[in-house]
Order: sequence, then structure tokens, then C-alpha cells
Amino acid sequence: MMAGTMASSPVTAPVSARGYGTGALGRLGASLARLMRDPSTGFAVIVVAILLLTALFAPLIATHDPILVDLPNALKPPSGANWFGTDELGRDIFSRIVYGSRITLFIIVLVSIIVGPLGLIVGATSGYFGGWVDTVMMRITDIFLSFPSLILCLAFVAALGAGLENAIVAIALTSWPPIARLARAETLTFRNADYISASRMQGASTLRIIGKSIIPMCIPSVLVRITLSMASVILTAAGLGFLGLGAQPPLPEWGAMIATGRNYMLDSWWLVTFPGLTILLVSLAFNLLGDGLRDALDPKKH
Amino acid sequence: MSSQTPLIDARNLRVCYRSGKGYADAVRGVSFQLGKERLGIVGESGSGKSTIGRALLKLLPSARITADKLSFGGTDLLAASERQMLGIRGKRMSMILQDPKFSLNPVQRVGDQIAEAYLVHSKASRAQAKARTLEMLEAVQIRDPERVYKLYPHEISGGMGQRVMIAMMLIPEPEVIIADEPTSALDVTVRMQVLGILDTLVTSKGIGLIMISHDLNLVRNFCDRVLIMYAGQVVEERAARDLMNATHPYTRGLLAAQPHIGGSRQHLPILKRDPEWKTEGAGAVS
Amino acid sequence: MIDVRDLNIALGLGAASKKILDSVSFSVGAGESFGLVGESGSGKSTILRCMAKLFTSWTGDISIDGQSVKTMPPMAFCRTVQMVFQDPYGSLHPRQSIATALREPLRIHRMVDAQDRSEQALADVGLNGSFLARYPHELSGGQRQRVAIARALILEPKVLLLDEPTSALDVSVQAEVLNLLSDIRQSQKLTYLFVSHDLAVVDHMCNEFAVMQAGRIVEIMDRSALSSGMAKNAYARELIGASLAYDKVA
Repeated sequence: MMAGTMASSPVTAPVSARGYGTGALGRLGASLARLMRDPSTGFAVIVVAILLLTALFAPLIATHDPILVDLPNALKPPSGANWFGTDELGRDIFSRIVYGSRITLFIIVLVSIIVGPLGLIVGATSGYFGGWVDTVMMRITDIFLSFPSLILCLAFVAALGAGLENAIVAIALTSWPPIARLARAETLTFRNADYISASRMQGASTLRIIGKSIIPMCIPSVLVRITLSMASVILTAAGLGFLGLGAQPPLPEWGAMIATGRNYMLDSWWLVTFPGLTILLVSLAFNLLGDGLRDALDPKKH
Repeated sequence: MSSQTPLIDARNLRVCYRSGKGYADAVRGVSFQLGKERLGIVGESGSGKSTIGRALLKLLPSARITADKLSFGGTDLLAASERQMLGIRGKRMSMILQDPKFSLNPVQRVGDQIAEAYLVHSKASRAQAKARTLEMLEAVQIRDPERVYKLYPHEISGGMGQRVMIAMMLIPEPEVIIADEPTSALDVTVRMQVLGILDTLVTSKGIGLIMISHDLNLVRNFCDRVLIMYAGQVVEERAARDLMNATHPYTRGLLAAQPHIGGSRQHLPILKRDPEWKTEGAGAVS
Repeated sequence: MIDVRDLNIALGLGAASKKILDSVSFSVGAGESFGLVGESGSGKSTILRCMAKLFTSWTGDISIDGQSVKTMPPMAFCRTVQMVFQDPYGSLHPRQSIATALREPLRIHRMVDAQDRSEQALADVGLNGSFLARYPHELSGGQRQRVAIARALILEPKVLLLDEPTSALDVSVQAEVLNLLSDIRQSQKLTYLFVSHDLAVVDHMCNEFAVMQAGRIVEIMDRSALSSGMAKNAYARELIGASLAYDKVA
């Protein structure tokens, strides 16, 4: 019996931020504008944009062929000809980093595509049904959660064999539990809401309710969580690459580059520094982007 | 109105919030005085009534409060520093909120919360605070004060929670109490009881009361004077028992739009909002 | 039209079991408006939820138009009974446009002319077609409640369950919504089951009502008994007395 009374003053046209228009594209533009307002999020958006563009236009940006071996040119320091120097096989590091962005993007996108829907479905179903469905699903999730992710990845890769695709599957299998738990927590907060009751009264099937009413409500926080976990996905992939279990040579995966560069680190610092800095920058960017997204998607601040 | 200096004197109070690039006015040029009486401020949502209460206590960090005059006793509230406000809030002017579910600390026993209110504003010992708390619990007609002292907020009913709130707000013996929708979350039978308790305590101690509510009936029966607010302004000021003779069309519209027991079953008259009412300085009727 | 016999529902198991509703029985004639009043915890909203089959663990019998709700086929049930909820901010899905909210039930029941029916439903509650493109957060409380009513009516039910539909609204908005509900009941020949804690609203909207306390109906009264204050049951007298004191037209 709340006295939360509401004004009855008529509302006119839907509000749009700074005249961006109200269509889907307009809303996207307005959201981006909101994101850019905060300096750290703005920085993150720029870095991610650079990553996307680099991956897209890699052939145009790279100065050399990333896998062409040129032994006479090995271990050359950064210079006009090779901006980031060359590695132990004479391959241009800058070009390898540029092409490596494609691999990183490949990993991120694939992991997100697997983890997002899987976590959402498991979490929303679990939260909506409650009872033994919830118990069973959550215990399965707990099993996956209880393993340290890198160890579990190692186990999977050991079972499935080394390689980029298997590394992706392994990473995805260890990244979905937090999403499921998050989706479940979100679902629990509104599963008894009146609009869900109204849907039930209209004869909506459980599938329809979960798919059309519950999952859309979970998407913002899941999106933020996935963005935040991208940083650790990159690091895990780099870790696997470092251990030789992810991308196989001659693929220019950033972690693998550090692994091989490690042997020459003391004399040729550029072998590990540039890939390392790139990993740092991109992980940081995704972390900041996730934070900014969380603020931007907060429904209380339209 | 008594001829003594009023407890609160507000002239041309204006409160605006930041919204986007500009400011939005929540309260526009409100003037009133409060003596040792019960003043009701009635309005619908968006009228600015709750904002006034919070502005008096300067509980609006993101708002800009201006006025020609805003004084409480001898203190100029506008110029008062946060430090001075800390000495006023709770001790000289306190506020009772709407829902005890949300205004009481859920992880602290109710007795301890009341005692804390006492300890913060006086130099008493814990034992004295406890004794005083038990006295206050009896004053708000809680029959088993010792037992209730030890309960947590989720273990008491709404009516009892509000009485606990009243005890907590009255224990430092303030001069003014602002009650923001104190009975809206309560059942009808409990409402009258809680108001009765508030009434007794307020009159016996000569405390000034500002009752903020959307409920015209409640305010009419309980207060001495009523201010009707619309769109941030006071549109009418009247003695409570004289409310039937209200002249401003908004007040008359509100009175007519309420269903009454034994009233006609015809359509309830709809309140037609005249945009004229929003113009500033349109003139309050009294 | 509505026949409730011996409705019982309890929560919890064994010794800790608490009876929420205890042998509730009443009848409502076709086209009538029946009120359920009581304080919080009295069980009045629970009756609605049992009738709406949102709670399923009840015992007893609820029939609508002679057919028990337990045996009624689900799709037919949706076209017979609908509900309007109390909180206008919680009854519409925050991420669905009004058009989607109105189209969903039509889609589920394979009803054609979704656009026409949606516009007609909005017109019936006094809103124009421009509201279809809007989202709930762009509407005021009164407007949302109207949309909720439109949504309830779009499946053409015979019975409307109203769970304190105006308690969260301003007085002036409440007047508009109550007028709308009265009009609709007459024009579409609906039967209302109206829950409220406000006796003045119940007096205005219903011809008969039941007073509830702690899960039981203590008295069923006619509207005229309200103003005359003649209730047989002591609690009912107390409730009415408090409301009359409150409602005093000074």
C-alpha cells in the first residue's frame, strides 16, 4: 500500500538525447555519445575501435608479410624499416601484431557467441523454474566454477589437442558459469513481477515468457559482464598461447609471440614488450568499456 | 497564527534540480510560516511538497536552494553550514518518513536505533539512553516496551514501525517535526491510531508539525492549517476546517474528485487542469 | 457468473503451515461489481490470484459461468478472466513497447487484425494510436494503468479481476480511471471483482462487498450498509467506523 502517487501530466513525444532521433540507429548514436562523455570510457571506445579497424584493414596497415621468414634480418631493433623491430626469424613484429589483432578478435567474438546465449539460457531457465531444475543446473554450474579457469583450459586442450579452435572452446567452457549465475540472479528479482503474471494470464508458454520477457531483461548486465570478461579471455588465450597450447606457429597470436620472445628478452626487449603492451592496452580498454557500459545501461539514468 | 516569532519563516523559497543542461524547478516561490501548530502541505505527485520538507533540512545535495528568507528559530538555514545543520537535524528539527520498512535500519534492533538517536544528540550514558527509550516506547503506546526493544524491524508490523519512528524522532525533543506521508503505508484502522499518538505528543510538547501528504482527507482532519500545492507553488492556503469553502479551482477540483462513502454513483467530476495555474505568481488564494 | 465455494490455501508444511485463506465462499452475479475489502494480510489479493490461477495449490471450487476454472481449457480461460494489477510501474514490461504489449496476447491466441484490435483497445481506454510506439517509462501512472486495462480487455474476457487498480494513483487520476472502469463495465457487460483497502472507492464502484480478516470473510454486505454503518460483525463495524471517521466530510 505505497502512496507512490504519480503525476498525470501528459507526456508528449518520446525523449531523445540531443536530437539523435528515435530510431534504432538514433538510439545507438545517443548511447555512444553517452559513453564518450566519460574520458576513460571514451579512451576505451577508441582503443576497441582501433582494434576493430586494425583487424578489418590488416592487409592495408601491416608493413610486411607477418609470416615471411627473413633470417638475415633477424632480431633487428625498432627502426624506420621495422617499426617494432623483427623477431628471431626476421618477421616484422608490427605486422605480426596487426595480424594478431584478427586472431584476438576471432577469439573474443567466438567466445562471446558461445558464452552469452549459453549462460543466459541456463541462468534464466534456472531462475524462472526454481525447484529441482534450479538446483541441478546450479550444481552443474558450480562444478565448472570450482575449477581455476586456466587449469580447466589446460585439461580441455590436453584432451582435445592444441590449436586455436580448441583453445576457444576451452575458454568458452570456463567462462559461461558467471554469466549463468548473473542471469539467474537477475531473473530472481523480477520473476514474480506483475508483467510476468500478466503474460502467464494471457496463456504465454514458459518458453515464450523466458524468451520474450525474461531474457531481454537480463541482457544489459550480461552484456556488461561479457565485456568485462573479455579482458580475462584475452589474457587466458595469451596464457594458453604462451604455453604453446593455443594458437600454433606461425600464427601471430600475441601470447605466443611473448612465449617465443621470452628466450631473447634480455638482448632484444622489443620481442616481448610490444606484444605485451598491446595485450595490456586491449585488456584495459575492455575493462574500462565494461565499466562505462554498466553506467550507460543503468536504466535509472536514461 | 500566534503573534510570537514563527518557528519557521520561509519567504519565496525556490528549489531547482539539475536536469540535462539546465535547471528544473521543483519548488517555485513558496512562502509560509510555521508556529506551534500543525501545518499540512497537500499536493499530488510532482507538486514539490516533499521537496519542501527536505529543503528545510537541507537534505538535497544536488539541488540549489534559494529564498528571500529561510529561518528556523534564530538560525538562517540558507547560510547554515553543514556542521550547523548537523546540530539542527534530528535535534531541533526531525523528519518522519513514509515506510518504516525502508527508514529503519534492518540489521539493528529497534530499541538500539532509538537509543542511538538519543545518544547522538545528548551526552547521556547508554543506560540512561535505554531508560529514555523505554519511556518513549510507552509514550507511543507500545504495550511491551522491553520486548519490543529487542526486536528487529522485520519483526514488527507497519503500525508499530511507524510508532518506533515517531519515538526515534521525538526522543531528542525537537522543536519542529516534518512528517512526510507518515501514514500512507498503513492500514486505515492503524492510521487513526498512529495519528492520534502523534497528535498527543505534538500538542503536549508544543512541537510545530508540518504534515506532507497527498491525502486531503487526512490533512483536513488532522491539521490546523493547510497549504495546497500545484506545480511547485502554493495555490491555496486555508484553515483546515474551512477547506470546504476553498475557492481555488484546483482545490475544489481535488475535493470533488474524491469518492465518498454514501456519495453518488455517478461519474466522479474530472479535474480539468488550467495551464494558468502553472504560471508563476498566479496568486495564491487564501 | 462467479461462484467461489470453500476456497482454502495454506503456505508451509506440517506444523508451520499457515492458512492464508480459510473457507472463503461467495457469489457474484453476471454484470455485477463485487468488492473485497480488508487490511493488508487479510487475503483479498490472494483470492484474485487463486482465481487467476497464478496460485495453484488451493482447494475448493471456483467456477465461472458454471465451469470450474480447474477444468477450463487454458486458452478459453484466458478469454474468460483477466486481471488489472495494482502497481502501474510493474504491470507493463519495461522493455516492450505498448504495441508489443498489446500484440502479444493476440499472437498467442492467433487473433487476426492485430493493428486494428490494438488501436481499438487503446481507444476504448481513452488513448490514441500514437501511444502504440511508446515505452512504459514515457507514460504517466494513469496512462500506464489505462494501457494495462486495454491489455486486459483485448482478449475480450467476461470477468475482470481488479487488484487495487487505483491505490497508487493521484486522486484526480484515480477519478478518471474509476470513471473509465464504470463505463467499460456497462458497455462491455463485464463482471468485476474489485479488491481495495479504500472503502470510499469500493462504495463508489461496487454494489456488494465482502469484508475480510485474516483469510476469512467475516461479512458480506450491501453498499447501503456502508453509509448506514449497520454491520453485524464487530470487525466489519470497526473497519467501517475507521473509514467513516477518515472520510468525514467536515
